[in-house]
This record gives sequence, C-alpha cells and structure tokens, in this order.
Amino acid sequence: MDLLRFTTAGSVDDGKSTLIGRLLYDSKSIFEDQLEAIEESSRKKGDENVNLALLTDGLKAEREQGITIDVAYRYFATPKRKFIIADTPGHIQYTRNMVTGASTANLAIILVDARKGVIEQTKRHSFIANLLRIQHVVLAVNKMDLVDYSQEVYDEIVTEYRAFASRLGNIVNIMPVPISALEGDNVVDKSTQMDWYEGSSLLYHLENVHVGGEENHVQARFPVQWVIRPQSNEFHDFRGFAGRIAGGVFKPGDEVVILPSGFTTSIKKIYQDETELEEAFAPQSVCMTLEDEIDLSRGDMLVKKNNPPEQGQDIEAMICWFSSSPLQARAKLVLRHTSKEVKALVSEIQYKIDIETLRKIEDDRSFSLNEIGRVKLRVGSPLFYDNYRKNRHTGSFVLIDPGTNETVAAGMIG
Amino acid sequence: MGNYHLSHLDQLEAEAIFILRETAAQFENPGLLFSAGKDSIVMAHIARKAFYPARIPFPLVHVDTGHNFPETIEFRDKYAEQIGARLHIGLVQDSIDRGTAVEETGANASRNKLQTVTLLETIEEQEYDAVLGGGRRDEEKARAKERFFSHRNDFGEWDPKNQRPELWNLFNGRKQPGEHFRVFPLSNFTEMDVWMYMHREGIELPSLYYAHERDTVTRNGVILAVSEFVQPRDGEVVERKKIRFRTMGDATITGAVESNADTMEKIIEEVAAARQTERGNRADDKRSETAMEDRKKEGYF
Repeated sequence: MDLLRFTTAGSVDDGKSTLIGRLLYDSKSIFEDQLEAIEESSRKKGDENVNLALLTDGLKAEREQGITIDVAYRYFATPKRKFIIADTPGHIQYTRNMVTGASTANLAIILVDARKGVIEQTKRHSFIANLLRIQHVVLAVNKMDLVDYSQEVYDEIVTEYRAFASRLGNIVNIMPVPISALEGDNVVDKSTQMDWYEGSSLLYHLENVHVGGEENHVQARFPVQWVIRPQSNEFHDFRGFAGRIAGGVFKPGDEVVILPSGFTTSIKKIYQDETELEEAFAPQSVCMTLEDEIDLSRGDMLVKKNNPPEQGQDIEAMICWFSSSPLQARAKLVLRHTSKEVKALVSEIQYKIDIETLRKIEDDRSFSLNEIGRVKLRVGSPLFYDNYRKNRHTGSFVLIDPGTNETVAAGMIG
Repeated sequence: MGNYHLSHLDQLEAEAIFILRETAAQFENPGLLFSAGKDSIVMAHIARKAFYPARIPFPLVHVDTGHNFPETIEFRDKYAEQIGARLHIGLVQDSIDRGTAVEETGANASRNKLQTVTLLETIEEQEYDAVLGGGRRDEEKARAKERFFSHRNDFGEWDPKNQRPELWNLFNGRKQPGEHFRVFPLSNFTEMDVWMYMHREGIELPSLYYAHERDTVTRNGVILAVSEFVQPRDGEVVERKKIRFRTMGDATITGAVESNADTMEKIIEEVAAARQTERGNRADDKRSETAMEDRKKEGYF
C-alpha cells in the first residue's frame, strides 16, 4: 500500500474540522467509542450538533477554547492508500504550526468558504505550502450548499486563485473541487447536486494523485547518522555507517566521496538489517560498509563525484521565526542540518515578507514570532547542502537557541 | 531509471529506524520501555534492525505493576535473553514500600497511575536521559499531539501547549541536566499498521493476543480475566468465554474482547472490522475525558 501525507489549512469556521471528520467518518476510521465520547461532550457543552472538531482537538485547552492550538496528526486508510493528515490551525498566530505540518507533507488541502472566496488567509496558506515546496494543492471550495451549488461562484473563485497561485513557483498541480463537507458533496462520492462539475471527488483525487516526486533520486546524498561497530567475535572488523538516504541511488561497488575529508572509496555492501541490498534510495534507512578503512563519523556525508552538494560556511536561506523573543542580527544560535550540528551566526537580515501581499519588507530588520524572511548565516564549520528546491532533506535546517534549547526557526536554503 | 518507491510499511519502518538511531546518537543513556505488549515488541524488533549486526545499544526497561499476567512476564524474560539485551525492571511494589507511591483503595483501585511514580523513579535512579516508548498517535487524542522527541522537564512533566516544533527529519534533543526526553519511534503507525507489520515480519507475540478460553467477569461493561488480581465480586457471574486482548496492560484494568481470532490473519480481519478503538476497553482511559492528557502531563508513558 501507498502512503500520502497531506496537510489541511483553512481559516476559522470554514469547515476544516468538519471535512476531516467527514473523511475519517466515511472511511470508517472513527470508532464507535470515539463518536460516543464526542457526542457526550457535545451534549455537555450544549451544542446542537455533534461537533466533529472535538475529534481533532485533543487537548483540554483546545476543547475549552474551541480552537486548535497544535498540529494534530490523524490517520485513515482506504484500500488504495494510507493517509497521514497534519491538521494545522489556521489563525495567523499559528503560522509555525502550518510550517511544521507542511514540512513533511506531499499535498496541501486549502479550504475556501464559497461565500467568502479567496481571502488573505487563503493566500497565506498557499504561500506557506509553496515555501515548503508542496507540489500538489487541492483547492477545496467548501459550503457549496450555501451558494446553491452555483457553478458561477465556483468558477470565479478558481480563476482568482489560479491567478494568485501563478506567482508561486513551486506548486506544480492545483486541483480545484467544489464540496460541501457538511452534506458530503464531492468528498467521498461525486455529488448529484453539481452536474456541471466534471472532475473527481476529493477522496478519489487523494487516492490517485501521483506523489513521490519530492524525493530526489538523482543526486546521491548519504549523511552518516551513527557508526555501527558490533565488537563481537562474529563481526570482529565490522564498521558500518548507518543513516537515511537523503538523495540519489547507491549500489555496492559505487565510487563515493567522503565529505568533508574528500577521500574516495567504494561501497562494499549495503545492509537493511540482515538483508544485503542491490541498491538503496531515499528515504530508506540503511547501513553501508566501505572498501577502505577511512575515518568517518556522524555529521559526515557520502556523495558521488559527478554531482557533489554545495559546501560552505556562508548560507542564504528563507526562515520562519518561531520564538516569541525576536531575532536580532548577529544572534548566535545552533544550526541543525542533516546529522550535523554547528554554531551559527545571523550575519544579515536581508528582508522579511509580508505574506498577505507577498511584498518584501526591507526597512524592519528584526524578526518576530511567525515572521518569514531571508537571512544570511555564517556557520562554524562547512555544511554540505543543496538548494531546498532540489532536495528537502539536504536543503532544510532548524535553528536552536543554545540558552533555552528551544527550536526557534525553520530554514530553507537557497 | 527504476521505480524508486517504498510501500507504507517500508516508509514507517525507515522512519522508526531513523528515530531509534537518532536517539542513540543524541543521548548518552537511553532506555527502551518494554512491557511485552505488541507495540513494544515491534519497537524492539525495529531496534534490532536499526543496529544490526550490533546489539541494541540500550537496555530494555519494564515498569512492572506486579499485576501482570504470567504469560507477559515469561515472554518478557525470554525475549530479553533471546536478543541479548539487558533488562531493567522497576517495581511498583518497591515504590509502594518506599512510601513514594500509595496504593489506591476503593472498588476500581488500580496500579496504573502508580506506574508514573515508578517510571520517574527508575529514570532518575538509572539516569536515563531518553526513554523510548511504543506510543502511537492514533491511540488517543492527547497522543495525537505528541512529538517524536518529546521534552520532559526535571519533574518529568509534559507541557503540551509549549512543545518544540518538529520539521522534516530534524529532531532537537537538547536539554538541561535533569531533564529527559520521551521518544516515540512508532508515532505514525496505526493499530492496523502494527498488525500488518507484525504479520509481514513474522513477529512472535504473547499468547494472550490470540483467542483462547478463559474465565471472565464483566465489570462496568469491560470483560476482565479472572486471575489472582481480579476476583469476582458479589453479584458478578464468572463466565467461560473465548477472548483475546487487544492491548497488554495491568491485569486489573485491561479488558478483553470476545473473539475467535486465533491467528494473525484472523486478527487483521477483526481489526479491519472493529468499531471500537483498542483502548476502548481500558478502564484507565474511561476515568475522564482528559484522563490520558492528565496522566501524560504528570509523566505517564
């Protein structure tokens, strides 16, 4: 079976929780005791209908306030695919959660209320999906029942959205679909209310959309995560380099270059536990042995000669700031990239982006919570990296405040 | 170019292996919680793969309420021996004897909550800086918010509203002395995934998971096995039933389901058709709507 990870974004009240509830319910992923539990708490709160949002809002504070605070992960499966939903809250103050949810997603569902059309929040969600390089977007025009299932309303929204999204370069595929999450129109089954709509239902699209294009199978990258040395009689001289392939394809016999030392050797064997593999590719977790005894440890990287990554101590990146204390130029932080941790200095704040208008802000050089923009960083020892557009694994990093140990920013190189 | 594509189980396994290796690399003294329940067996199985041909570089840790089924304990000891792992057992009884945990009284008394005390004492005494658990996000609504690397303060408490964001494959395990992490390599597995994975891998399980005949009583709608810890009360009728367990916990609270599924294939069919969550018959979760969140904040698994 296949796996699709997607994120859902929408503003308050545009029916995101109802849609997720509908997908879970119609795919029989809600259990009776869960339904009983939310029926019971809806009753206690005096709600008229069963509030499907209670399924996703798991924390006490969320249920009290009726808002989603944190990313919640939800699971459902159909005979065709397993799905992981990163359900992220839509309010502006939770941009960091949207960024988090989007970082592992293959697809984003962006919800629009048919009565309101494309609003600022729609643009912000799309901007984030694009920034995190989500290639597939489903534009779910919800609450079609409240606009009399009007094709005209729908077409207008789709046209406006496409015009906006054409300015966002990473989104390859936009699939618009008119739905009513409440009534179930075009969610699982095709609606009988909208004969003019010729596309497929939302679930059909989720089951069939081609994903997997986000792994880079060309440029070989293997960050060493852990060295396996059994120190047993049976495996006396065994030194295996364990890690998760971040790009490309590796085969036994392949010539590889070790970074940062620059030594060249070749792969002896590739293990996936006891099994010897003929080839290995992203995102497999494997263990490699090499022909030569070379000093190699966590943070080093195996690559191939013909397409090496970039190397250097000066990095330019887009970052999203997660901390309530603002970022200042010259701030000293810790940067975590692949299996490597280095010191980092923010050498320059170049600009921030107003994500409502996509305009650059150049006169305000400090980053506050949830702001996105471009910085230059100087790091303590060279990183081996790729542009985030080419490789999500080797193009991404997080920044950590060494004082509090909090993760304060997410970064995309390039 | 070939078809470089991984099935969902392969992707979940690769992710879990990555997390286990990351735990070994980022922490000095991790322990792997092992209750002989199916999730911890799967976690230990994947840990063996992650470090093959070396042994798992951390001990198995069991918090033993003293109210376990004998089949569970037998399986635990045999498994640890088989994989050559060190087994550390924290006894709830020791905490009670020390006076740090107080046995619950009353009709629905259980040692479930006391496990937190013993777990935190074990972590402190053994100086574990990371504890690997088999928890999954699909199990329960508070767990759906859990991180792979979940920070605990120096009281072992979880602050769900203030968690570190986790992006891509980048996990931040930095901490102050005295703090520790709970790490959940199986976060993205569902109950069905666990069963499908065990079937694929031919994983052996304690016999309690398979349908067998046993004397039971039904208490508050939960079928409990009659044992030295659960005796029929006045008015309760002992019935011989064909049952199996969907989760493996303390014998006083772990409810059984009536079932004829005596093979893994049949269990998978049953799980696919199930209309109740696997924790649906755990009396500990039924105590209140936020029972799990409350326990987790205090330091529960």
